[in-house]
Amino acid sequence: MTTNSSDAGPTHKAVEAGVTLLIALFGAIVIYGSVKAGINWGAEGPRAGFFPFYIGIFIVVASAVNLWNGLRDGDDGLFAEWGQLRQVMSVVVPTSIYVGVMPFTGLYLASIIFIGWFMRWLGKYSWPIVAAVALGMPVVTYLIFERWFLVPLPKGPIEEWLGL
Amino acid sequence: MEELVNLFHGFAVALQPFNIMVMILGIVLGVIIGVLPGLGGANGVAILLPLTFSMPPTSAIIMLSCIYWGALFGGAITSILFNIPGEPWSVATTFDGYPMAQQGKAGEALTAAFTSSFVGALFAVIMITLVAPLVASFALQFGPAEKFAVYFLAFCSFVGLSKEPPFKTIAAMMIGFALAAVGLDSITGQLRLTFGSTELLNGFDFLIAVIGLFGIGEILLTMEEGLSFRGGKAKIDLRVVLQTWKEMPRYWVTSLRSCIIGCWMGITPAGATPASFMSYGIAKRVSPKGENFGKGEIEGVVAPETAAHAAGTAALLPMLSLGVPGSPTAAVLLGGLLIWGLQPGPMLFVEQKEFVWGLIASMYLGNLVGLIVVLTCVPIFAAILRVPFSIIAPLILVLCAIGAYSVHSSTFDVVMMLVFGVVGYLLKKCNYPLAPLVLAIVLGDKAEEAFRQSLLGSQGSLGVFFSNTLVGTIMVLGLIALFWSLIQQGYSRLRTAAA
Repeated sequence: MTTNSSDAGPTHKAVEAGVTLLIALFGAIVIYGSVKAGINWGAEGPRAGFFPFYIGIFIVVASAVNLWNGLRDGDDGLFAEWGQLRQVMSVVVPTSIYVGVMPFTGLYLASIIFIGWFMRWLGKYSWPIVAAVALGMPVVTYLIFERWFLVPLPKGPIEEWLGL
Repeated sequence: MEELVNLFHGFAVALQPFNIMVMILGIVLGVIIGVLPGLGGANGVAILLPLTFSMPPTSAIIMLSCIYWGALFGGAITSILFNIPGEPWSVATTFDGYPMAQQGKAGEALTAAFTSSFVGALFAVIMITLVAPLVASFALQFGPAEKFAVYFLAFCSFVGLSKEPPFKTIAAMMIGFALAAVGLDSITGQLRLTFGSTELLNGFDFLIAVIGLFGIGEILLTMEEGLSFRGGKAKIDLRVVLQTWKEMPRYWVTSLRSCIIGCWMGITPAGATPASFMSYGIAKRVSPKGENFGKGEIEGVVAPETAAHAAGTAALLPMLSLGVPGSPTAAVLLGGLLIWGLQPGPMLFVEQKEFVWGLIASMYLGNLVGLIVVLTCVPIFAAILRVPFSIIAPLILVLCAIGAYSVHSSTFDVVMMLVFGVVGYLLKKCNYPLAPLVLAIVLGDKAEEAFRQSLLGSQGSLGVFFSNTLVGTIMVLGLIALFWSLIQQGYSRLRTAAA
């Protein structure tokens, strides 16, 4: 990744070709899986892979057309500037960590840290405001979801220790 | 006549105090969802769906449909005041709504938008009341071939009517079908496309897909644009409302035309967004004040808002009577029906009268409540938008995670939500439509079942889809819809050749 100038970035054409190829790959996986499940007629009629097999074919064919169209007269502009993509990654990376640790810490602790991180580092808020929102949101969530609507949410060791 | 009696029973259901309470709660939540970036009608309803698991189905559908109405109303607020469409169907409203606000006529623009929304919705609800029972009783005779033909028509309309390139629409739709096929095959009971993974046994839940594609994807797009909200003050007083109302009957032709466009686009799954653009475009061409459009013409607010709301409401007609949702939000509502143990489709009108008519009655009341709520509370809702994005964004992300988790109490779903979010961001940037993808995930199993049952009956001959006039007609309509853009091109080429 180059970070020299602010208006550089991957071209739209290249990214679109990449996305199209990924979709085609997905189609190929679907075809492979369908063939494994059986695409012909069995004793009970069409077998499990019959329908998805043709879906997979459609995906691959449509992707081929899209790839051709995209390369022939696609958008020559930028997909996004590197700076913009950095903004996007500054959401994707912490959200991935948030989602990844949730099974171990429970939803509440993870949310408090996630909201706090987001507000402190991206929003540059003072600690009292960060604390108020980061702690307030899980409390409100707990009351609405678990108390009023009886929807259980994932809990970790801290909630257990608190006896919630 | 019987419908009228049923409708009154419906009103009795909708007017129960608990249902009125969830109605108001739904509208307020819906407007907030409509105002906030990253929380649209479809994923707003999807996130809040788990809250309704413990409610009776009728109250649940009333709350969720009211969230939908609220979101439709809410989109107009940000378009007019901030020039930021909160929802895609409000884009056309910014063309004249924002200039009006800049000229100090925000109150008039908002009143016109809300009132038009109400008129559009009312028109569509009346149409649903009259037409839905007929369609349902007609559809009761459908066999598997006819059922598949209806799905075929719905999906072909997507290809023909969407503004995205047809092969991208097809690719998006087929991805949806493929995702729907993962897991247990409902006919043979065999596993497929799971590749040994236990997490994939139950397939992909479309609620997770909706929350990821629309919710997370939208946040990522907003982050990329680095949005900050700056906008005018909103205040509506009674004098402005009454003055605007006095002026509005002048535009009855535009209004009626927009209602019809909206209803048509809503029933065919083109949806609210193209309806609003089409209605705006036609109004601009036909109106004597056409050249003033884009500079703050009130008619330019009336046309798209009426059509968007009519389309959004009409999208529930095929959902209720055929089990084919006309929009992603209608698809989420249909998913809700399945979760509450109801089978969407024509049998609803026979077996679940109280549910269907309670819902229809709540559409009348919900839109009235919505109109009152937005007219009186605009300043509060506009204030929400002044909360900076760096506070809103993590809260919405956490809400999406909660919504995704609570569908099946599974943390794997939360991971899938994030994957769908990144995929949604990429697809949206590359001009792939997301609505057909979601609809295909919802309807994939049913479409496949209908297809295979038809083939079973005919020993594998595709001729079964043209074996009688009814199924043949629907299939031909589907083919026309599929090749619609080609037909149009050919027609205009013939005309230029003749001239």
